[in-house]
Amino acid sequence: MKGYISYFKTVLLSGLQYKTAAIAGICTQFFWGFLQIFIYQAFYAGTGQNTPMDFEKLVTYIWLQQALLTLVFVRIRDESIAKSIKNGTVAYELVRPYNLYIWWFIKCIAGRLAAVTLRSGVLVAVTLFLPAPYNLSLPISFGAFIMFLLNLFLGALIVTAIMVIIHSIAFFTYDDKGIATVIYNFAEILSGTSLPLPLLPTIVQNICLIFPFWLIGDFPFRIYSGDIPVTDGLKYLGLQIFWVVALIFIGAKILKYAMKKVYIQGG
Amino acid sequence: MYINVQNLTKHFKIKVRDKGLVNAIKAFVKPKYRTIKAVDNISFGIEKGEILGFIGPNGAGKSTTIKMLCGIMQPDSGTCVVGNINPFKNRKEYVANIGVVFGQKSQLWWDIPVIESFELLKAIYKIPEEKYEKTKQQLITKLNLQDLLDVPVRQLSLGQRMRCELAAALLHDPDILFLDEPTIGLDAVSKVQLREFIKELNKEKKTTIILTTHDMTDIEELASRVVVIGKGKLLYDGSLNKIKSKFQSTKKLEIIFKNLKAAPKIESKIIEKDNKKVLIEVDTKKESISSIIEKYSRVCQIEDVNIHENNIDNIILEMYKEYEL
Ligand SMILES: Nc1ncnc2c1ncn2[C@@H]1O[C@H](COP(=O)(O)OP(=O)(O)OP(=O)(O)O)[C@@H](O)[C@H]1O
Ligand SMILES: [Mg+2]
Repeated sequence: MKGYISYFKTVLLSGLQYKTAAIAGICTQFFWGFLQIFIYQAFYAGTGQNTPMDFEKLVTYIWLQQALLTLVFVRIRDESIAKSIKNGTVAYELVRPYNLYIWWFIKCIAGRLAAVTLRSGVLVAVTLFLPAPYNLSLPISFGAFIMFLLNLFLGALIVTAIMVIIHSIAFFTYDDKGIATVIYNFAEILSGTSLPLPLLPTIVQNICLIFPFWLIGDFPFRIYSGDIPVTDGLKYLGLQIFWVVALIFIGAKILKYAMKKVYIQGG
Repeated sequence: MYINVQNLTKHFKIKVRDKGLVNAIKAFVKPKYRTIKAVDNISFGIEKGEILGFIGPNGAGKSTTIKMLCGIMQPDSGTCVVGNINPFKNRKEYVANIGVVFGQKSQLWWDIPVIESFELLKAIYKIPEEKYEKTKQQLITKLNLQDLLDVPVRQLSLGQRMRCELAAALLHDPDILFLDEPTIGLDAVSKVQLREFIKELNKEKKTTIILTTHDMTDIEELASRVVVIGKGKLLYDGSLNKIKSKFQSTKKLEIIFKNLKAAPKIESKIIEKDNKKVLIEVDTKKESISSIIEKYSRVCQIEDVNIHENNIDNIILEMYKEYEL
């Protein structure tokens, strides 16, 4: 246990060193945020009253997404794991008396937390004080905010579990690019990254609900803004827990199997 | 036997790709595989406290064997038991008690100072504070790490890093140490230091050491016993001296003398001679060096004698040749 905690701290602290990358990231995220908001504004101006999501809620959704991008996006991948499989350095992970699944899980989540810690503060602080209607709104209620934090935490566990599955599959293919790309493209649509779920056609929305991706970011963001009532939040929180357990179970099984089959490279 | 390897076998199935688009498509539809017998039915044992030199030409299967002995790769067949533990099946339990250095790879975390890597290893191996401090201090002194501790690993030179790697592998005071090419890329001074260190470690802590290397001086200095493999097969298991005497039958003998009356009659071939010295190639199986010296001592006044042994690299070369590697 002590080893896992130490590792978590180490990854988190070394992740916090990448300040230049964070500054560049923050700039891009502001740019994307505004770009999306202006596009939607033009779009909304043409559609009249009957919009699937209020403009303020949509803006809040977009800013939350940009602020928390490094935590919730499936596309953010820890290159070092794939690299260690490819060049065989993973051998050193296997000669340690720890559980590799937990180790990778910690690595992925600590890396994400470090990145989001560096970025989210500035984005939230600035966007809260932008002139309406371009600002990040406050949460709809205190209860919603607490629920949001809880959902976001579980969402982070879901996305991490998915990442570890992608990395474990790399053990068979020695490169996770292929499988990762397929999953990313799916995730892009199913997670609300390309379009918030309420803006998708009903049939696509229904498909989204089958998969875990929307529970990572889309769901917590909508709890925050009140697009989904807190009372419904509880129901989906159960679903989140189900997915966390299921994905961890699947990931651990795949990795265990992979460790039996793997050819450690190099030497 | 402390480590017992029985009929250990590992075959790699690799995809074969021919050049060209048509072949690429063919390979995609119906991939062709080739099997490499990386380790082919190898058996040997290692006693506790022994230093075993594991040698063979490139691609012989040394690293593959080490990986199986470390418990990180599953053998296709055969067994390997270390002190009653099956390394692969009980990996977590087993690896707590071994140290590993793969010369080609780094076990230190790239971005953080060396000392933080050590602290992390302390937590991973659950090393008690006191023991950790003691071992750490010993390693720092012996490997001369004082000035390297605060440096991020990526800024270390290869030789500096290798010293840190060795320390990292030994912090938890393992019973077995695997060294896969630990001296690769090191300069002469670093090599000598490293060998001294390994020797001492083995003597003081009775650590069992399995070493692969292409530097035969490493083997000569460290290993009491060698296992030679080639193309996945075990070729030799025994003392280095035996290999030497088997593949080094000829030595060069140089005698420097004064007042040679008449050259004595010897069986060995004289390569060079003048009125001060003579150089003889001696086949030690046919004629002993001492008998030649004795013959010369009768007919002249010997001032000096030099014996040139075939160097170990050449001996190994001879051996690989004989085994057709
Ligand atoms: N991961 C792998 N996948 C496929 N083939 C492999 C793999 N690792 C090793 N091999 C093959 O197995 C054989 C033995 O390789 P190994 O690395 O054990 O050799 P080695 O004795 O350590 O050689 P060297 O002295 O060059 O390090 C080689 O033919 C190599 O090509
Ligand atoms: Mg090797």
